[in-house]
Amino acid sequence: MDKIKVAILGSGNIGTDLMYKILKRPNNMELCLVAGIDADSDGLSRARDAGIATSADSIEAILESGAQIVFDATSARAHKANAPRMAAKNQFAIDLTPAAIGPYVVPPVNGEAHLQQNNVNLISCGAQASIPLIYAASRVMEVEYAELITATASKSVGPGTRANLDEFSETTSMAIKEVGDVKMGRALPVVNPAEPPINMTNSVYLVPTADEVDLPAITASVEKMVTSVQEYVPGYRLTADPVIDVRDTPWGKKPVVVLLNQIEGAGDYLPTYAGNLDIITAAAWRVANARAASLLA
Amino acid sequence: MTLTMPRLTDTTLRDGSHAVGHNFSRETIANVVAALDNAGVPVIEASHGAGVGGSSMQHGFSKIDEMELFAIARENAKQAKLAALLAPGIGNIRHMKAAREAGLDIIRIVTHCTEADCSQQHMEAAKELGLETVGFLMMSHTQPAEVLAREALKMESYGCDCVYVVDSCGAMLPGEVTTKVKALQDVLTSAQVGFHAHNNLGVSIANSLAAIELGVDQIDTSLRGLGAGAGNTPTEVLLAVLNKMNVDTGIDMFACAEAAEQHVSQLYQVAIDEAALVMGYAGVYSSFLRHAKHVAQQYDVSSKDLLLELGRRQTVAGQEDWIISVAMDIRKARGDASAA
Repeated sequence: MDKIKVAILGSGNIGTDLMYKILKRPNNMELCLVAGIDADSDGLSRARDAGIATSADSIEAILESGAQIVFDATSARAHKANAPRMAAKNQFAIDLTPAAIGPYVVPPVNGEAHLQQNNVNLISCGAQASIPLIYAASRVMEVEYAELITATASKSVGPGTRANLDEFSETTSMAIKEVGDVKMGRALPVVNPAEPPINMTNSVYLVPTADEVDLPAITASVEKMVTSVQEYVPGYRLTADPVIDVRDTPWGKKPVVVLLNQIEGAGDYLPTYAGNLDIITAAAWRVANARAASLLA
Repeated sequence: MTLTMPRLTDTTLRDGSHAVGHNFSRETIANVVAALDNAGVPVIEASHGAGVGGSSMQHGFSKIDEMELFAIARENAKQAKLAALLAPGIGNIRHMKAAREAGLDIIRIVTHCTEADCSQQHMEAAKELGLETVGFLMMSHTQPAEVLAREALKMESYGCDCVYVVDSCGAMLPGEVTTKVKALQDVLTSAQVGFHAHNNLGVSIANSLAAIELGVDQIDTSLRGLGAGAGNTPTEVLLAVLNKMNVDTGIDMFACAEAAEQHVSQLYQVAIDEAALVMGYAGVYSSFLRHAKHVAQQYDVSSKDLLLELGRRQTVAGQEDWIISVAMDIRKARGDASAA
């Protein structure tokens, strides 16, 4: 069976987790290169151990790799420089940084919508975790404001994310609004150093436009979406049924809907607490595999 | 022993914002800033309790837009420098730029005390804006001195002008303050050292004195101790104590006492109540107090049980959303339905 060559740019937590996912389930893909900037990095040495070609020449090696699909897991700044060069080589870029050059993609919401572009953006782990829930809720009620609190274990948050918290927060907020289909979005990340490390947890507050909400309808819609996400992230779940908390808000006293989510990861690279890696790398796998299928068709 | 007066930052209008549910009136902001400025307080911090951009469901919505708050504070601060807090991820660089344009002098960038590298991007942006920078190592009670020193060095390497040992939960005792402040003083070469207390164990003055005895460069206080949890070191009380110790504070203690009485005492009565004491005892972040009381009532669980469990789960600042999950778990454990 023919396969489409894919390459990973960036050998940090995200790039390395993605490598293991593709090796485990290659489907339409053949991983031809993992490129980073440090030949001695854990990610590149693991790639060599797995028998994958590696390079410390970063984007230069990617451009010469012959890959038709490239996962960019570097940083927002690096991706902004890389994107036009990859596009010129006709490489489909799946951007795992918050650079947000291409359209935002969240698989169960709009995964198939942008496959003919040359660059799609996976926003952030927090966005991949929360937007399916927010979108599910906004199918059944008009949402004035959605706020995400996303807490991750310190050990799962690499230097790239730490150096991009500003972009993380701004881009995730914008994507919540646009893809989650609400009037206003906000994302607040928290890094928690507890030992043993915490699973990624996501809490979503939804302020309805109306003064009353149909909680059973919201619950049903959200639970259906959780099942869809579980197809690619089995450890994705609600930790409680959706609840209503009546609060004073800038929109008046409102029945605020609270959604509580937790993600236990597959443990492909970092241990299972790092559900934040799984939710974005599994999404990247799905988008890449769908693009590869369309190239093969 | 002659002690040197550290630079005092009054945080009534920032940490105190937690105590009043981020509901300060325009009049309070104007009156407090003018009084502190007249009294000779060198730095006045004013912003949402969770810092610039803090107005949110998680942290509480501000009654007054922060740009208006800064404008009022700036107008009333003639000699004092104006400071604001910023927690990366809550406050973004655009918030900091807007605050700078509104006349901010100092940005105090806060991270959990093991996560200093989350501050680099914002420290560097602050320097580009010409702001003086302070780094806050939150919940310093949770880590040994050598970890705090390591994290302080990171902040210094990002160009931070002063790194604070921050006892966010009011969980530290004077001996511990001495060890931890000294650890920072020993390793930092260009950055100053500061100390920020909370009063949950009733030792905010003693802790502040321990830091001042080591020659700490900056110290935080608030009028009447108005602040999250059991509040901060009361400005007027610390000044009175320092006067008694013949320290030249350069600040009018009586003017501060009068300002506390006239402008702050009626807003909220700071107290070491049961919940606040438990927070200091269990090391739970101070701004959880009001949220925990709200959830405890709603879910019919005790604030004490809720706070103790939040401490056991090693929650950090910004995890107010976990309060609901913990309340549900407590109900489940005793056999009640999880929802209230």
